[in-house]
Amino acid sequence: MNVLNHSVRLDEDKCKGCMNCIKRCPTEAIRVRNGKASIIPERCIDCGECIRVCPQHAKRADRDSFDILANYKYKVALPAPSLYGQFNNLDDIDCVLTAFKMIGFDDIFEVSKGAELVSEATRLLLKRGELKKPVISSACPAVCRLIRVRFPNLISHVLELNSPMEEAARLARIKAVEDTGLKPTDIGIFFITPCPAKITAIKQPIGLEKSNLDGAFAIKDVYPKLLAQMNRLDVTGNLRDSGIIGVGWATSGGASAALLRERYIAVDGIENVIQVLEEIEDEKLNNIDFIEINACTGGCVGGVLCTENPFVARSHLQHLRKYLPVSCNHLEGEKVPKAMNWDTSLKAISVLKLADNVEDALDLMKELNTIAERLPGLDCGTCGAPSCRALAEDIVRGLALESDCVFYMRDAQGNPSFQGLVPPPFRKPPKKEETP
Amino acid sequence: MSILKLHYDIDGSDFTRAGEASGKVKRVLKKLGLDAEAIRNVSIAMYEGEINMVIHAGGGEIDVEISSELVTIVLTDHGPGIEDVSLAMKEGYSTATDNIRSLGFGAGMGLPNIKKYANEVAIDTKVGVGTTITIKIYVPDCSAEL
Repeated sequence: MNVLNHSVRLDEDKCKGCMNCIKRCPTEAIRVRNGKASIIPERCIDCGECIRVCPQHAKRADRDSFDILANYKYKVALPAPSLYGQFNNLDDIDCVLTAFKMIGFDDIFEVSKGAELVSEATRLLLKRGELKKPVISSACPAVCRLIRVRFPNLISHVLELNSPMEEAARLARIKAVEDTGLKPTDIGIFFITPCPAKITAIKQPIGLEKSNLDGAFAIKDVYPKLLAQMNRLDVTGNLRDSGIIGVGWATSGGASAALLRERYIAVDGIENVIQVLEEIEDEKLNNIDFIEINACTGGCVGGVLCTENPFVARSHLQHLRKYLPVSCNHLEGEKVPKAMNWDTSLKAISVLKLADNVEDALDLMKELNTIAERLPGLDCGTCGAPSCRALAEDIVRGLALESDCVFYMRDAQGNPSFQGLVPPPFRKPPKKEETP
Repeated sequence: MSILKLHYDIDGSDFTRAGEASGKVKRVLKKLGLDAEAIRNVSIAMYEGEINMVIHAGGGEIDVEISSELVTIVLTDHGPGIEDVSLAMKEGYSTATDNIRSLGFGAGMGLPNIKKYANEVAIDTKVGVGTTITIKIYVPDCSAEL
């Protein structure tokens, strides 16, 4: 597995080297070096938080250009259900799906179809009672990677089933081969994605040797193309083949509601996610059956490649639900097909460890604590690390120097004009004389 | 053998902060690469001790010593002391007030859980003076897995 194959990239020309992204990264994977942000690839989980907060728009998600469609004889679009939430006043999903056929795709296969099958399979597995509780959903790849890096103890709780995206892609290729008689390699399967984490999951699959997808286009790139066609549609095809359960996966709580059980937690937003994962680790949530985890606030509609605010998108989807059946897709013979299971479990990545053996790590930790005590504790980020403790850790790992801290330098210089420097007081404008 | 010492002052006046120290220790242990089960045992046993300290004793101090073979947690408070230790060790027995129970604590699982997750527990308590709980958790050698 190539851990360097990330989709979150930096545009060096735009980056000012500010502190916004380093502070927000949940795995402390970014440092500012030589005035530019630099991502530590082993730590990055492609959650897209840095793309969201960068005021210069210097962080971007590497995604496919529409040119790659030319490499395939038959092109299938796999829209994420979050796409439907982007449109205002939409009351027929078929409008969106029909428009895909006018922008270069031969067919569509809704990811919400895959979601309904994954929901049913999860229901069956929970009923069988063989899974380690609480079961953690595996649909959000950023969460799977977060667990791999920061919570390796929880790997055994992760549901080892294809994500709706992968399951839909697997079935879409089978269907396309049946429909056209073409070779599987002549068929291009493309995900319409709300987030960069999913793009990385195609290049670097989770639980699978190889992804069933050939590429991904961002919702925000496809949206204007679709809208242009949707505005001049006369007739819509009869294409929608999923219901409330599948489309519900677009927002946080949808995957949980589909299980028809009450002992669940649906958590979203990376800070909340980390807190809940800590609680699972401390065995405080053993009475819960299922934990749906989405790295983005609001669920997939909160992905950084969406166009609409996640809360507005949720409202759009509520409107759409009215006209949908509960579910349109069911497993044959109430059995989980073998191909829906993962090939391999998640593998822990131990990038957070200070050293390979505990003795060495203890020595480094002692040194780290001593250095951290000397640092000012302001967490200003000027050294390029997200916090004073992170700088101390970089120092003991040999990646930074104490002199990278501007306050350390100030004190080491012994410059009296800098001693005890504190931020300025409130400045008031000069008082105007009151007129009687 | 290297020994890492950590010290925490536990504020007894703020419930919402109880559990912070055990959370910090867990993060340190992960960075040290200790055996995963030992990390879980330490963080649960220490969490229970920390909560007890806040609920019953108005705070106190926690000293943690970590080596590659053993984690020792010493919780010291100057609270009311435990009148009947064997009763307090029973699952479900609690002297917590209704106020505290309404916050979801006081289930009478604190000391029993410490005993469950620790390899050794020693309780030294005197009514009206305070309580010192010493928890030891053995760390299996996990270098073989690397």
